[in-house]
Amino acid sequence: MLLSLEDATVRFGGRAVLDAVGLDVAEHEVVCVLGPSGSGKSTLLRVVAGLQELGAGRVLLDGREQSGVPAHRRGVGLMFQDHQLFPQRDVGGNVAFGLRMHGASKAEQGARVRELLELVGLPGAAGRAVASLSGGEQQRVALARALAPRPRLLMLDEPLGQLDRSLRERLVVELRELFGRLGTTVLAVTHDQGEAFALADRVVVMRDGRIAQSGTPLEVWQRPANEFVARFLGFDNVVEGTVAGAAADTPWGKVPVPEDAPQGTHALLVRPAGVRLVPADEGLRCTVAARTFKGTHVAVHLQPPKAPRLEAACALREAPEVGDTVGVEFDAAEIVVLN
Amino acid sequence: MALPVAFFAVFFAWPVAAIVARGLRTDGRWHLGRIVDVVTQSDIRHVLWFTTWQALASTALTLLIALPGAYVFARFDFPGRQVLRAVVTVPFVLPTVVVGTAFLALVGRGGLLDELWGVRLDTTVWAILLAHVFFNYAVVVRTVGGLWGQLDPRQEEAARMLGASRLRAWRTVTLPALGPAVAAAALMVFLFTFTSFGVVQILGGPTFSTLEVEIYRQTSEIFDLSTAAVLTIVQFVAVGAILAVHAWTVRRRESALRLVDAGGTARRPRGAGQWALLAGVLATVAVLLLLPLAVLVQRSLGGSDFGYYRALTRDDDTFLVPPIEAIGNSLQYALAATAIALVIGALAAAALARRDAGRLVRGFDALLMLPLGVSAVTVGFGFLIALDRPPLDLRSSWILVPLAQALVGAPFVVRTMLPVLRAVDARLREAAAVLGASPWRVWREVDLPLVRRALLVAAGFAFAVSLGEFGATVFIARPDNPTLPVAVARLLGRPGDLNYGQAMALSTILMAVCAVALLVLERLRTDRSGEF
Repeated sequence: MLLSLEDATVRFGGRAVLDAVGLDVAEHEVVCVLGPSGSGKSTLLRVVAGLQELGAGRVLLDGREQSGVPAHRRGVGLMFQDHQLFPQRDVGGNVAFGLRMHGASKAEQGARVRELLELVGLPGAAGRAVASLSGGEQQRVALARALAPRPRLLMLDEPLGQLDRSLRERLVVELRELFGRLGTTVLAVTHDQGEAFALADRVVVMRDGRIAQSGTPLEVWQRPANEFVARFLGFDNVVEGTVAGAAADTPWGKVPVPEDAPQGTHALLVRPAGVRLVPADEGLRCTVAARTFKGTHVAVHLQPPKAPRLEAACALREAPEVGDTVGVEFDAAEIVVLN
Repeated sequence: MALPVAFFAVFFAWPVAAIVARGLRTDGRWHLGRIVDVVTQSDIRHVLWFTTWQALASTALTLLIALPGAYVFARFDFPGRQVLRAVVTVPFVLPTVVVGTAFLALVGRGGLLDELWGVRLDTTVWAILLAHVFFNYAVVVRTVGGLWGQLDPRQEEAARMLGASRLRAWRTVTLPALGPAVAAAALMVFLFTFTSFGVVQILGGPTFSTLEVEIYRQTSEIFDLSTAAVLTIVQFVAVGAILAVHAWTVRRRESALRLVDAGGTARRPRGAGQWALLAGVLATVAVLLLLPLAVLVQRSLGGSDFGYYRALTRDDDTFLVPPIEAIGNSLQYALAATAIALVIGALAAAALARRDAGRLVRGFDALLMLPLGVSAVTVGFGFLIALDRPPLDLRSSWILVPLAQALVGAPFVVRTMLPVLRAVDARLREAAAVLGASPWRVWREVDLPLVRRALLVAAGFAFAVSLGEFGATVFIARPDNPTLPVAVARLLGRPGDLNYGQAMALSTILMAVCAVALLVLERLRTDRSGEF
């Protein structure tokens, strides 16, 4: 393993910001830590970088214990949330900084700076002032600066956090491609699930300093480990139900569940795609409370009598109007029994 | 951290300890009861009371008059701004004796106001207060204005967009950001006026006497060392208490500020109100700061054909050398002192600015200021009696004078650099560390470029303070190597128009040297700051 955290614990005051976290990152792997703000994900990066001391536990890089190794000797890269470019240096000076610190010659520095600016799509920008860069350009320069000393592990803190949406979507593809090409080992943290899923080989969901779930984007998306992960991923159709056989008893009535579902009382996730609209005299009777256009589909918010709201994903043409009364049936394939 | 601590231990703590021991210890026994005996004397109580209230009044008056000036110099762009900024700093570097004399020439008997309207202030406390404002105007303009010019105006705009009035936005956004700088400036002014020596001695006459004057009087006129020592302890404790309170308030308000290039925040005044403000500040500068200097120059030109100036180049029986040689001495001493103060001060400031600085290190912050608060006379006298025998016999070494001056200059360096260093975003340092920079490299690559401006200002202050330092230097400068202020004082101490005129001429030269040095510094500042 390139990076291993064993029982990493950090306390601020009495509160555990990291609570016995164990995490492994293999070489060439892109791991994305996903979690709401305050879940401890930035602290995780700072611990690995050596900017934050561990209260307990260990950090190992290439199998070597890192306690007592100061930040500048760890050979890891960190791209800060708001980039933290050095304001008094130009773009080239920023990118060359790490190389200078490692004693590279002037010629080496120049060549590497050119190469990296080319790589991040800013050829010839070396002489520009940092203040004249747009947000996206700053992000690229920060990336080039972090990559320049060839860190064995590149860490990204909310890499695309402050950029506008279209730029973010374009950059996330570029980053994924770049890391694949360079074979960079990456540990990124973000609160944006879209970013995490697009970027990562493996997603680690954090909550209150603990790891709530770890898996490929597909695994996490298809089978959220618990109600917290499900809700954090944006699923709101979560209720408590009692599973007996192939159906569960819920406030929404009898709901079919997959065959291998665990029995007993559990939280149940119904994906919006699994909520089918039928004529009002069939299934669960609901009133349409709101609808929002999502580009590929319409999210319809349904209010059943005396039960929590339901969200359904509808094709644009079939979406009912606000105030309509509709019936609802459930699709067992889109239902997950959570632990 | 070790170097500054050692420096202050050897050149400050030890001499002070020596003088205290000399005063309180006789026949191998301590006589601590003397403290009570001395402070309960009614004339000493009177001195204590006067010292405190005149310092408070001077500080309040200085803030009142100088804060608008700080604003104008920070935020308004007008022709001659750079020159004027340097000009207002000149009074600060003048020897206290000269300031006192200049005010005497302005408001005293036979002075300018007396000649014109028959107004005399030299028997009132107003002369002292005005001289203190004259002296400390630059402290506020530099300390507060320097930061003010670098505050991002958009912060205030953001508050205004949230519904705050212009005044409210200033009060809720800018004022809290300026708070530490204002507190630092107020503290400096208070300390300077609390320990005011030359000004009070000349303008106070027999009526008004501060602790410092009293210590000097006890030491050099009455030769009552033990009373002087007791007074030094009292001053020490008072100053220590003030500094502790200050360190506490600064720590509470410490915050990372958004700093921008000062060049971009100044603009032309707009509207009648702002023009009136500018005019008011310029008028204040003219009357309060320039007029006394003008009177000084005018008096130095008395006689015929620069007679006083030509007299300076002649051998003089007061000195073993022509007085003019004091200029070279002063410059050499001041350069050496500046170098020492910068190294010591910058190291200390870097250690203090660390966010993880422990209690002990932060306590040193307050300790560093003590040389300012303790009477300069005590430092000089302490040097004489503590550094005159092995293991450290510096009595005959030229370095003694720069060391004493650096001791007084280093706290300025720390005070000027600390707010800026603390405002450097800690993550910028982390970014450098992660890229492979060792702590020392981080300081050189990240902090230094960002604080270079502050460092230059600090250097200017240290240089100016060294040039004008009088209280300590007068004790330790060798007779054949006088500095400018010492030479001025000696000339003033002798009767006759020629000596008085020569003193004025030498003061004018000192003023000119300081002005030139500061103007060069101002140019340097603008050239370098063009980079960012």
